[in-house]
Amino acid sequence: MTAHASGDKRFKILEAHIKKFQARQDALIEVLHKAQELFGYLEDDLLLFVAHRLKLPPSRVYGVATFYHFFCLKPQGAHTCVVCLGTACYVKGSAKVLAAAEAAAGIKSGETTPDSQLSLLTARCIGACAIAPAVVYDGQVAAKQTPEMVLAQLEKWREPCKATT
Amino acid sequence: MEGTMQGDDLAAIAEKHQGSRRKYCLRTCMSAGCMSSRADAIKKGLDAEVKAQGLEGEVEVRRVGCMGFCGLGPLVGLDGMKEREILFEHVTPEDAPAIIRAVQAKDHGLQVADPDHPFFSKQMRVVRANGGIIDPERIEDYVAANGYRALYHVLTDIRPAEVVEEITRSGLRGRGGAGFPTGLKWGTVAKSPGARKFVVCNGDEGDPGAYMDRSILESDPHLVLEGMAIAAYAVGADQGFLYVRAEYPLAISRLQTAIRQAKQLGLLGGGIFETPFTFNVDIRIGAGAFVCGEETALMASVEGRRGTPRPRPPFPAERGLWGCPTLINNVETFANIVPIINRGAAWYAGIGTERSKGTKVFALTGKVQNNGLIEVPMGITLRQIVEEMGGGAIGGAKVKAVQTGGPSGGCIPAEYLDTSVDYESLTKLGSIMGSGGMVVMDDSTNMVEIARFYMDFCRDESCGKCIPCRAGTVQMFELLEKILSRKATARDIAMLEELCDLVKHTSLCGLGQTAPNPVLSTLRFFRNEYTELLQPEPAGECAASGQ
Repeated sequence: MTAHASGDKRFKILEAHIKKFQARQDALIEVLHKAQELFGYLEDDLLLFVAHRLKLPPSRVYGVATFYHFFCLKPQGAHTCVVCLGTACYVKGSAKVLAAAEAAAGIKSGETTPDSQLSLLTARCIGACAIAPAVVYDGQVAAKQTPEMVLAQLEKWREPCKATT
Repeated sequence: MEGTMQGDDLAAIAEKHQGSRRKYCLRTCMSAGCMSSRADAIKKGLDAEVKAQGLEGEVEVRRVGCMGFCGLGPLVGLDGMKEREILFEHVTPEDAPAIIRAVQAKDHGLQVADPDHPFFSKQMRVVRANGGIIDPERIEDYVAANGYRALYHVLTDIRPAEVVEEITRSGLRGRGGAGFPTGLKWGTVAKSPGARKFVVCNGDEGDPGAYMDRSILESDPHLVLEGMAIAAYAVGADQGFLYVRAEYPLAISRLQTAIRQAKQLGLLGGGIFETPFTFNVDIRIGAGAFVCGEETALMASVEGRRGTPRPRPPFPAERGLWGCPTLINNVETFANIVPIINRGAAWYAGIGTERSKGTKVFALTGKVQNNGLIEVPMGITLRQIVEEMGGGAIGGAKVKAVQTGGPSGGCIPAEYLDTSVDYESLTKLGSIMGSGGMVVMDDSTNMVEIARFYMDFCRDESCGKCIPCRAGTVQMFELLEKILSRKATARDIAMLEELCDLVKHTSLCGLGQTAPNPVLSTLRFFRNEYTELLQPEPAGECAASGQ
């Protein structure tokens, strides 16, 4: 039997993960972490699947998914740029870094470009305070960033797209 | 050796491990800070160079945790030289051949840090003793550094009540921020009736500008696990939860490795050291909610619910996870347990001030020359930390204030730098010890902007359960915006102060109760920066409140 009517194999992996926790309801957050890791974001169908498997009301699953900043309910861009806005980064000018990124990408933080290439996000503190201001490019932490450096990285991501169009 | 373990086995592991040591050791920092500057490529480069030169029998390249001086990273330490250790700073992967030349006592031409620098010499490493020394991903390294002896001693020689007494006598207070006496908390959980009890380690280090706990978890995960196991024995728990932020992937993976290794050696699980004591630890990954650092919210999150706090009492010590007595301590608090058991409560109580004992780890960051992690005895002055260890402000600027305690703390102005760092002195100045973030601000920093920065944070992180915090933080933020856009009058300041008082005294949990602190402390010490931005009262209205 397939885990999900769509036949998508990722549901099978998620189901195995749920079994690892004996489908315990208190494992909801761990299960959502796994779901987001597999699917990139938590769409309604996925949340319903989790609710069904953990025998939880959908309201509870939706409530938890929307409470925590880490979970996203919309698809993310191909690349993610997370500007840390922790105190150490802030006093060292991370607001300028973010403003430069926003201007270059033409979107506000928390948004994704219309071509789905870039998601611009902010973090409250990633604990890289001694190398402030820090920016996380596709999961890689970069130290002591300036507006010029973030622009260069965004440009680098854009280039291969330009070449194909 | 799998399954059961005895004291002799620990010694055997340590001895075997010592035997595998080489004459020289290149300690490569592989903590999150240095990893961002290609520390993994540096280690690969060193490994390759050692192999190329045929020095495998003489030189060990070891992955280690945080060495502290993160601002100089990536760092590589060299042990085994005739003189003293050498600490290479700002290392790049291309430096590998030069570092090997240094091992051979040849000219290397690399930048080296001065080990006599006050940044190092003023430190007292208790909690961070193994940081930057041992490989955090090898349990043998920890055992060889006297690891798990404290647990063995406790399980085989002393009764749980005596452990609680020892911790009480040490004077240790919670390192998460509030400074509650740890022994008292343990005693309450131990005395609370319950068929099942839990131990929870709070690793939801949410204060922006703080990364002590991340560093401890990444550099010495077994120290925290051993501390938790001792606590579990003392209070009568058999299950522990380690709650770690999702923002700390490296810490999570090292903890997973550590738990697996400890289980393999029988140091976690059933019948530890052939005693009836059983203890298991599960990791719970946070999902980016600052309020989950509050203990009742954290418990809700561990149970898989929205992380909203509930009123206390009942305190978690009486009714915690699933209604059972639960001990919740912060990462650094647990990391203090093993040194206290090993060296005695009297030794520990001899460090620090009358009411604040032991050491405290701080993340010294912001506009200061030397950025990094420091562990200092309580009672040291802020001036010693900021000016001597930190080297003062960057580029000849003047230090204006030091922010401690994150969004729950305050800004301490430069004229109070001679204040002693202890729980009471910092509270007296309207700030708090907090978890250990210490952000230095120079004279280019606008303090009203800082207040707005923190209020923006609290507004965003408020869980929304109680009205004073949910609505109050929004209103305070808007007033600060109004002041900064030069549209406010003296009345707005009065209203801001009134709101601060209201939110402080009527919010449900610590988040709301402390959210006004950054505003109150900047109003107290930098009021002129607020008044400079004010407009005169419109004519005909309340002339008395004009400036």
